[in-house]
Amino acid sequence: MTDLTLSSGSRRGLLFRHRRSLAGALFVLPCVLFVVVFFLTPLIMTAWMSLHNWPLLGAHRFTGLANYRELAQDRAFWSALGFTFRYALLTTPLIFLVAFALAAIVERRVVGVGLLRTAYFLPVVVGLGTASVLWVWMLNAQVGVLNAIAQALHLTAEPIAYLDSPGSALLTTSLMIVWKTAGLSMLLLLVGLQAIPTYLYEAATIDGAGPWARLFRVTLPLMRRTFALALVLSVTGSLLAFDQFYILTHGGPQSSTVTAVFWIYNTSFGSFRLGYGSAMSLVLLVILVLISVAQLYLLRDDTEL
Amino acid sequence: MTVQLASDRPVQPTARKRPSRLPNLLYYLGAGFLALVFLFPLIWTVIASFKPAAEGNVFPPTLWPSHISAENYQTLLNFGDGLWRYVGNSAAVAGITVAGAVLLSLLAGYGFSRFQFPGKNVVFVAILATLMIPFQSILTPLFLILRAVHLGDTLLGLSLVYITFQLPFSVFMMRNAFDSVPREIEEAALIDGCSTVGLLWRVMLPLVLPGVVTVALFAFFASWNEFLAALIFMSSSDHYTLPVMLINVQSGLYGTIDWGAVQAGVTITMLPCIVLFLLLQRYYVNGLTAGAVKG
Repeated sequence: MTDLTLSSGSRRGLLFRHRRSLAGALFVLPCVLFVVVFFLTPLIMTAWMSLHNWPLLGAHRFTGLANYRELAQDRAFWSALGFTFRYALLTTPLIFLVAFALAAIVERRVVGVGLLRTAYFLPVVVGLGTASVLWVWMLNAQVGVLNAIAQALHLTAEPIAYLDSPGSALLTTSLMIVWKTAGLSMLLLLVGLQAIPTYLYEAATIDGAGPWARLFRVTLPLMRRTFALALVLSVTGSLLAFDQFYILTHGGPQSSTVTAVFWIYNTSFGSFRLGYGSAMSLVLLVILVLISVAQLYLLRDDTEL
Repeated sequence: MTVQLASDRPVQPTARKRPSRLPNLLYYLGAGFLALVFLFPLIWTVIASFKPAAEGNVFPPTLWPSHISAENYQTLLNFGDGLWRYVGNSAAVAGITVAGAVLLSLLAGYGFSRFQFPGKNVVFVAILATLMIPFQSILTPLFLILRAVHLGDTLLGLSLVYITFQLPFSVFMMRNAFDSVPREIEEAALIDGCSTVGLLWRVMLPLVLPGVVTVALFAFFASWNEFLAALIFMSSSDHYTLPVMLINVQSGLYGTIDWGAVQAGVTITMLPCIVLFLLLQRYYVNGLTAGAVKG
C-alpha cells in the first residue's frame, strides 16, 4: 500500500487493486445492510403480508388476493384516497403561489433580505406535529388567538369553529400547511431564479421584452427543473399527509378529513388488520411512485444552458 | 443569522435591471408584514408559555403575561413520566440517529467516491431510489421486524429506522463531499505511509466536515420532529418522544386541556430546531440546494 498509480501489469499492482476493491465494498457494506434490513425486507414483506389475513397477535393465514378484492369495494379507503387527492390539489397550487411571491420578494438584493428569508423559512424547521399542536391552540374557539383577532377586527361576532365543518377543516389545515411549508418551496425557487444568468434578462430587455414577457419567456421556462423538484416534494408530501389531520381534526368532522395514511394507520394499528393495511400501503406506494416518475418525466429538463 | 446563498450574485450596480420598481418603503412594509405573519405563531407561543397558568385559558387572550412565570413548565415537569424523561428520549433518539447517519454515510460516501468494486453504481442508484418509496407505506412490517429482533418499543429500534430513512440523502451528500476533495491529497498521504482508515479519519474527515454537518443537521431535524413512526413504535409511555408527549398534553390529562402546558411543550420541542437552524443555516441551505442543483 504505497502508491495509487503502480503499473497495472505488476503482481503487486494487481493485488493492490483487489485489496482496494475489497476495501471499497467494506466501506459501503454497513450502509447496504441497513437498507436491506430496514428497507428492502419490509418492502417485500408489505407485498407478502398483503396476501394474508394477518392479525397483530396469533397466526396469519394466506388468503391470496382477498384483501385486494375487499379493497376494491372498500368505500372508506377510496374516500380517504379521494380526500387526500383533493387536499393535494388544494395545497400544491397555494404553496406554489405563496412560495413564488415570497421568492420574488427575497430575490432582490436589498438590506435585510437575509432576515426576511429567515423569517419566511423558520416555520419549515419546526416539526409538523409540533406545528399542528401549536395551531390547535391558535384555532381553538375558546382561547384561540385567531378568533380573538377576528373579533377584534369585527369580522365575526361569534367565535369561529374553524375545524367543525368539513370544508372549513380542509381549508384551515391547508392554510396551516402553506404557512408551514411555503418557505421550503420559496428557497428552492430562489435557487432556481438565481441560477438564471443576468445576461439573458438583459438580452430580452434589449429585444424589447417587458416584465411579463421576461417572466413568461425567460424565467418560467428556465425554471422547469426547479419546479419539478418543488412540485414532487409538495405533491408527495400532501399525498402522505398524516400528522396535521391526526392532530388538528382527528379525521373529523364525520371522518371527512381522514387521509390515506391515516386510514392505513387506523386499519393496521387501530383494527390490527396488518395484512389489509399492507394491501392499502402497496396501493398508495404504487400511486406515489407513478406520480413521482410522471412528474419528473413531464418536467424533465431538455434545455441545456 | 440570515439565509445566504452561495449563488447570491455580487452587487454590481449596472447588472441590476430587474422589473420591480416599487418604492422601497412599500417593499419593506409589505415584506415586513409578511415576515410578521410567518413569525407570529412561533413568537406568540414562546411569550404565552411564560404566562401564569391561569392566564392561558382567558379569552380574549392577552399578549403579554401579567408577570413572567415558569408555572407551565412546572406542570410539564410532572406530566406523565416527567418532562425530562421525554426530552431525554428525544435527545437519545436524535443522538443515535445523527451518529449512525454520519458514520454510515461517511464510510459509504468514501467507498462510493474513491473505490472501484463490482456493482458499485447499481448499489448507489438503488440506495438513492429508496427515496421514491414513502416510508409510511412500510411501517407495518417494520413494526413486526423490530418486534422480532426484540427492538420493538425501544428507542434504539426507532433510531435504527430513522437512520435508514436518512441514508439516501446522507450518502448522496457525502459522496459529493468526497468527490470534491482533490485526489492528490490522498495520494500524498498514502505515500507518507498512512493507512486507509487513518487516511479517512485524519486526512479526509476535516476536508468533508461541511458535508458531515449538513448530514448531522438533517438527521437531527428528521428524528427530533418525526411523529408517525414514533406514535406507532413506542407503546409504553416512558418511551414517548417529545412530539408524542405533545399530543398527550394537548388531548388533556383530566379531560380539560391545560393550554399553558401545551405552549410550554411546543416551545421546548421547537426551540432546539430554531436555535440549530439559526446557528448552522448555511449547512442546512447547502443540503437543500444540493438536491436542487445536482438533481
